[in-house]
Amino acid sequence: MMRFIPYLIAGVLFGFTLVKSEAASWYRIMEMFYFQSFHMYGIMMTAIITGVIGIQVMKRFTGRASLEGSPMEIPVKEPGRYKYILGGIVFGLGWGVIGLCPGPIFALVGMGSIGALAALAGALHGTWLYGVLRNYLPE
Amino acid sequence: MDTLVHWLQSPWPWYVAGPIIGLMVPLMIWIGNRSFGISSNLRHLCAISQPHSVGVDFFKYNWREHNWSLVFALGAVLGGFLAGVVFANPEPIDLSVAFLTRIAYWNVPIGEGFLPPVLFGFYWESILIMFIGGVLVGFGTRYASGCTSGHAITGLSTMQPQSLLAVLGIFAGGLFAAHFITPNLMSYLMSVIRP
Repeated sequence: MMRFIPYLIAGVLFGFTLVKSEAASWYRIMEMFYFQSFHMYGIMMTAIITGVIGIQVMKRFTGRASLEGSPMEIPVKEPGRYKYILGGIVFGLGWGVIGLCPGPIFALVGMGSIGALAALAGALHGTWLYGVLRNYLPE
Repeated sequence: MDTLVHWLQSPWPWYVAGPIIGLMVPLMIWIGNRSFGISSNLRHLCAISQPHSVGVDFFKYNWREHNWSLVFALGAVLGGFLAGVVFANPEPIDLSVAFLTRIAYWNVPIGEGFLPPVLFGFYWESILIMFIGGVLVGFGTRYASGCTSGHAITGLSTMQPQSLLAVLGIFAGGLFAAHFITPNLMSYLMSVIRP
């Protein structure tokens, strides 16, 4: 059980930040898609810059043991083209209506939001549907 | 103490939130060589609910190996509770004037908190829209093998072209929905619900 505590702390920090920065707010996401505030773009830009610097630092430690003991590596995405662009578009179509991506869905469930619970139920069904149809979809 | 509580209650500017979210990428590698992302938990939750012997191949795997990821998601739920309930922001959300004008044009009233009651309240039309939107989010994130955290943050931080494709798709879909679908849905909801 003890080995899960770092993940729990990281998750709490992530969920707390999503709500405190209002990235979990429907209004903020719409403001972003209407280019009417810098707020969300500022979050994304500084997050990516921090991630890039973080990855450059971690590259110096690749192969060494992580806290859990497994050797550290830089994560790599599977090859593919259509799945990324088409999957992204489908996800975006949902995001542009409900204003929630998966992180905020989890964070808002913690706030007891009815809408987020409905979105979570939908997201589980959508994930299931993908699992059923995946062999018929272009990679 | 009062200053700390005040800081925990008030909204955080982008230059505080962005770096914390970005820090998740090296942090997850350091903790246990994990790739930062949250949407794969939707798959794990499906795998948990599927009986092991029958069902869809995509959900036949040992989800217990991904316990760490489910614990991370549980943490996010807990973090949302702490930030949104325990240390809730007492002030209304500080939106840009341009966007407030846009919302007024849709006749959407801004309630307390940071979610529009007309879409997030207990009305069956709203619940249906949130569910269908959720289906698109769940289907799309699994098809693209990641969401905003896995692609826009982790994928772009590691400079992977696949994630750039996904982010372009996400933004294109989002722009289309926000400009051509959401305004119609919001006027529909305002006509059938009187919050």
